[in-house]
Order: sequence, then C-alpha cells, then structure tokens
Amino acid sequence: MKVKYFAWVRERVGKAEETIEPPATVRTVEELIAWLSGRSDAYAYAFEKPKVIRTAIDHAHVKSDAAIAGAREIAFFPPMTGG
Amino acid sequence: MSSPVTIRIQEDDFDIAREIAVLTKSRTDIGAVVSFSGICRADDDSAQVAALTLEHYPGMAEEEIRRHADEAISRWPLNGVTVIHRVGRFMPGQNIVLVLTASQHRQAAFQAAEFLMDYLKTSAPFWKKEESATGTGWVEAHARDDEAAARWTKS
Repeated sequence: MKVKYFAWVRERVGKAEETIEPPATVRTVEELIAWLSGRSDAYAYAFEKPKVIRTAIDHAHVKSDAAIAGAREIAFFPPMTGG
Repeated sequence: MSSPVTIRIQEDDFDIAREIAVLTKSRTDIGAVVSFSGICRADDDSAQVAALTLEHYPGMAEEEIRRHADEAISRWPLNGVTVIHRVGRFMPGQNIVLVLTASQHRQAAFQAAEFLMDYLKTSAPFWKKEESATGTGWVEAHARDDEAAARWTKS
C-alpha cells in the first residue's frame, strides 16, 4: 500500500510518500502506526504522540481502530489548520 | 433550481467580484450571496507573522470540501456554493480562502457559509507553517475551531 505523510509528520519521517508492505498481523491504523514507529528513530519521532496523528484511508478520515485491509493509500498528518 | 458547486485549490489569487458574477450569472432566483474571505494575518496569538505557507493533500482536500459542500446543500436551500482555497506562500494581507454561498434568502446563505468555514478549518487537509522573527513552525490546531465545527453536528 502507498503511505503519504504531510506537514510535520512528513518532515520528521523525511519523505512525502512510500510504498510499504506491513506484515499480516498489522490490521488497524493503530497497529500500523506502532509498526512504522519501530522502523527507525525518524518514524518513532514522527509518531511519538500517536493520539495527535490524524489518519485518512483512500482520502477519507478514519479513527485509529479502523481496519487497513484493502486500503490503497493511507495518509498520516497533524490536526488540520487550513481555512 | 440547480445548486452548482465550484471547488478549486490553486496558487493564484481569486477575484471575489468575478466569482460572485460567475455564481449568479443568468439567474434570477438568487436573493442573497454571502462571501467569506480568509486573509493572511500579521499577528498570530503570540508572534508577528512574516509569511505563511499552506500545504495540502491533493485529491483528498477537494473531496473533503465537496463532501461538506454537498452536506451544506442538503441542509440549507442553496442556489450555489463556491470554495476556493489557495496553497503556497503568503504574506500578511494576502487572500487565502474564499467561500461563497448563494440562496433565495440571507439566513441559509449566512449559516451555510459559516458551516463550510468551520469544517474547512477542522477537516479539510490543509496545514499552515508560520514564519516569524523567532523562527519557522507549524501552526497548531485550536480547540476553539473544533468547538465551532461541533455545534453543527446533528444531535
């Protein structure tokens, strides 16, 4: 699946997007964040406060317990500040 | 009665008078147009802002705005909605966002414009980065914006 990062999540991870293949045991957004956090210090820093991170699956907001099965694109970003 | 929805995300500035003219062209059923402009402000809560950079999530930003425009049309008797959100780097005084709502009467247009702005602030994927004399940093979301959006939730 494709993963995208925005704003300070992007800056901390050090890239805007990538393709990942998490193991089958990673089933929810929450579990994906934990799995990503274990990849490197940069990811751990980006996701150090997982409750602050907002997630979208295929362009729609989801909660942290949402299933990631079948997702084409998952995006992680801070609370929005547009308008 | 149709309710055309125009949503644009662009770097270029917008012309409010022109956008209102487009929205109302060849129609005689519109009695009220409400226009809200969001402008880059020099003083944030603490520091003097030198510039703002707006980043967005292409694709989702348009879809999220459209979902809320559609909801506004289902909740109020609107004759048209225009939302233009700029991205890029802005100096104080420059336009950032435009919301236009057209209706037969003012009440629906006022309420729908406020509804759209409240949701643009809290659920459209845009992020502001602020440059000031003390450095550069991402703008933090305000609880007051969440509260403003929450009052539109149907109970």
